Amino acid sequence: MARIRYREIGSSTGFSALLAVLALFILGGLASAWYMEHHGHIVTGMNNLVVWGMPHVFAVFLIVTASGVLNVASIGTVFGRTPYKPMARLSGLLAIAFLVGGLAVLVLDLGRPDRLIVAMTTYNFKSIFAWNIFLYVGFLIVVAAYLFVQMERTMSGYTRAVGWFAFVWRLVLTTGTGSIFGWLVARQAYDAAVMAPLFIAMSFSFGLAAFLLIILAVCRVEGRDLGDGILTRLGRLLGVFAAAVLYFTSVQHLTNLYAAEHAGVERFILFEGGIYTLLFWGVQVILGGLVPIALLYAPELSAVRLRVALASALVIIGGLAQIYVIIIGGQAYPLVLFPGMDVQSSANDGAVTSYAPSLPEVALGLGGVALALAIAVIGLKILRFLPVSLADEIVDPAHAQTSGAGA
Amino acid sequence: MPGPFSRAGVLAALIALLLACAWPGAAHADPAQSAQTARALVPSPQKGKGDACVADTDFMRRYHMTVLNHQRDDTVHNGIRTKQFSLKECIACHAVQGEDARPVSIESPKHFCRTCHDYAAVKIDCFECHASRPESNKAAQLPTGHGDGAVSALSRYLKGKGQ
Amino acid sequence: MTRRMEFHVPQHEKRGFEAAGVDRRDLLRGLVAGAGLTLASGVTLYAVGGVAEARAPGDPVSPEVRWGMLIDVNKCPDGCKACVTACSKENGWAETGSSLTDAQWIRKVEVTDPRTKTSRALPVMCQHCAEPPCVDVCPTGASFKRDDGIVLVDKHTCIGCRYCMMACPYNARSFIHEPLSDQKPHAPRGKGTVESCTLCVHRVDEGRSPACVEACHADGGGAMLFGDLNDPDSEISKRIAEYATQQIRGDLGTDPGVHYQNL
Ligand code: HEC
Ligand code: HEC
Ligand code: HEC
Repeated sequence: MARIRYREIGSSTGFSALLAVLALFILGGLASAWYMEHHGHIVTGMNNLVVWGMPHVFAVFLIVTASGVLNVASIGTVFGRTPYKPMARLSGLLAIAFLVGGLAVLVLDLGRPDRLIVAMTTYNFKSIFAWNIFLYVGFLIVVAAYLFVQMERTMSGYTRAVGWFAFVWRLVLTTGTGSIFGWLVARQAYDAAVMAPLFIAMSFSFGLAAFLLIILAVCRVEGRDLGDGILTRLGRLLGVFAAAVLYFTSVQHLTNLYAAEHAGVERFILFEGGIYTLLFWGVQVILGGLVPIALLYAPELSAVRLRVALASALVIIGGLAQIYVIIIGGQAYPLVLFPGMDVQSSANDGAVTSYAPSLPEVALGLGGVALALAIAVIGLKILRFLPVSLADEIVDPAHAQTSGAGA
Repeated sequence: MPGPFSRAGVLAALIALLLACAWPGAAHADPAQSAQTARALVPSPQKGKGDACVADTDFMRRYHMTVLNHQRDDTVHNGIRTKQFSLKECIACHAVQGEDARPVSIESPKHFCRTCHDYAAVKIDCFECHASRPESNKAAQLPTGHGDGAVSALSRYLKGKGQ
Repeated sequence: MTRRMEFHVPQHEKRGFEAAGVDRRDLLRGLVAGAGLTLASGVTLYAVGGVAEARAPGDPVSPEVRWGMLIDVNKCPDGCKACVTACSKENGWAETGSSLTDAQWIRKVEVTDPRTKTSRALPVMCQHCAEPPCVDVCPTGASFKRDDGIVLVDKHTCIGCRYCMMACPYNARSFIHEPLSDQKPHAPRGKGTVESCTLCVHRVDEGRSPACVEACHADGGGAMLFGDLNDPDSEISKRIAEYATQQIRGDLGTDPGVHYQNL
């Protein structure tokens, strides 16, 4: 295989402008965090029943995506698919960037962010949340090591081993994230083992979508080649992942429907939940699932580039909706204190809790996204993460020849 | 957000305290004057009620945070309710009378716990939760120990430090 | 701890010498204690609550004891909020009208059978589970169960992540959404941390019963009984042994320390 050449991205006014915009969003996020910290969470839409709100939607999305973007690297180094290898570095960089962005949002939403040191030094090992702190920090270290062995030629012998390790780690990490919800017996919407595989499927799908959008954008801005062949393959893969998400989603809801005690929350999400029902069917299932799959498997529609970009964007929008439905919808549905009874109280027992995201919450979440992107952009600028060209004949000469005739 | 206090500030405060300790001679010579100087230079917490603190004064100056933290864990986790190092008791005994004849809250720079901390740039968050003054009905039953005038209190305070 | 001993002893010696000071302090303490007693009318309390003898202040709580409560729903009148008011007064939380963000350590829940349309109201607060889900999920260990079964938040290590609120099946916990001032000295509370019914731990440690129980007997229907579930001779244990009692969501396996009778 021809040696792949990597190069930093160039300086341009576009680059500075992008960084400036990202910085603006990051500042907005920080300002929101300060505002929330100063006035208390009263300035958010969150309350005693919907205790996790928009920041958590963004944070969970970013964290799930972080482990998912690493897939491209895993496919290359772990599963030996040569064409993906040139993108492995970028995949690792994005994994770190997204995780940092997500964690920043999570931490800044804490009631006492000043006590972060407590979270880092006192652990309750029964808590899946505490394990996650280790999983996250470990992930950063493992992926950094993974990047190092890829970029340092003398270490390249270790790439496969470290790649495997990173792959397993990311599976455990997403299982951990899913279990944050899956282990909550109290909430009708969550108490399900399928949460863990569902989150893994989600991470595959959202991660690949984010990766595709970013690599499309960078290659376009930088004027680097990105072959149609490799894009088509990645696009098909995204279609498979999106279908897997739909599959696990239906398993999640069907098993819940089957268990009588969960039927109430299912009726809520699937039929009577107003905004949650709309988000579920309209955005998550149709816009974020069926439409992208159709786009990705309908080559005659338009150029692959456009289809992949559109599908990726839809998957991400659908993903945000999905996490919103899981997190917020799951909390809005009342706890069942007395099964079979109608319940009423000053603490809103027995009633659906209303939640409307507030501006600071959204700004904090967007700040996290901006932070992730800024880390990625700066990383690309200072280190050689991206090949000079991702044209098919360079990344996948064999395939380029055979499929060149057919396509 | 209450961040970590500055090390430099704390050092400065400790040095200032040490200096103050070496001062009793001067205090003897002219209590009023040195007290005024002291006010300008070093923090001047008002004496608590009674004659002595719950432990040796020097010890308290240096280790009050340690004993408080220890007491905190003892009380919260083990239900130990001894009074000696209870924060509630510190607040009750170290209440400083304000203009309105009520003990001042942590809002006031005169609050006992703020005197040194402001000076040493120590930030504590305890009073976001803990009451910084005794409940009014209870406070009313306690003498304020404020009668003999700030200056003589200060001079006694400085003398106390030299011992 | 060694340090603590080191100065502990000299301090007592010192006090011995400074007789005058001791006198005055002790006098003051006596005054305060006396006032506290009359205010809280502790005498009747012991009779009502059936509380075991008070621990010495220096002794740690013991796992021999498990504090619990029995609420006889039949004796809980509709519309009576004596327990809620007493708790709010004792612990310094108040309803400000924004029911979703207010702290509510205890609330009256109205339960209606959709078939018969009969309804009853009962107080619900932290159920002080033997297997508390909030404690399991808390990342820092700030949610914990004291040896005597009282489930608490150590607000000194609570980072305000609210995972415990996600995990609690009883909607018993509140997050403090706003900065507070003028808290009760015995009930510190502050923005950004999670809180819930402490079973009036500060009173229980003094051998008194929780404020709600006291108020329920004084102003309410006398529905609440507080006592040691581990002591077979306690009034509460006898009643639980004698009558059919229920725990809310007993099916979840959390084994609440709060039991209900005639639910
Ligand atoms: C019974 C009353 C009383 C209680 C309770 C009490 N103190 Fe004191 N404290 C005093 C008195 C009186 C002094 C001054 C002693 C002296 O001048 O030697 C003092 C001095 C101090 C000082 C030194 C101030 C200086 O002049 O530099 C500190 C610090 C202190 N106390 C902290 C505490 C803390 C912390 C607690 C709670 C654990 C506490 N005190 C409880 C009465 C009390
Ligand atoms: C987020 C709220 C919060 C903050 C901040 C806080 N505490 Fe507490 N503290 C509590 C609660 C709640 C209790 C339990 C009270 C009880 O059970 O009587 C407590 C109890 C204590 C006790 C034992 C009771 C007593 O009065 O002696 C001590 C000592 C204590 N805290 C010290 C501190 C110190 C020192 C700080 C600052 C560094 C602090 N706390 C900050 C909430 C807080
Ligand atoms: C004699 C001056 C003085 C007084 C009075 C005083 N402090 Fe301090 N305090 C200090 C100094 C100096 C430090 C910093 C010590 C260090 O870092 O070594 C400190 C630190 C602390 C800390 C630890 C802060 C941290 O971030 O680690 C706590 C808690 C504390 N003080 C509580 C109190 C309380 C509560 C009171 C009132 C009852 C009080 N202090 C009164 C001088 C004082």
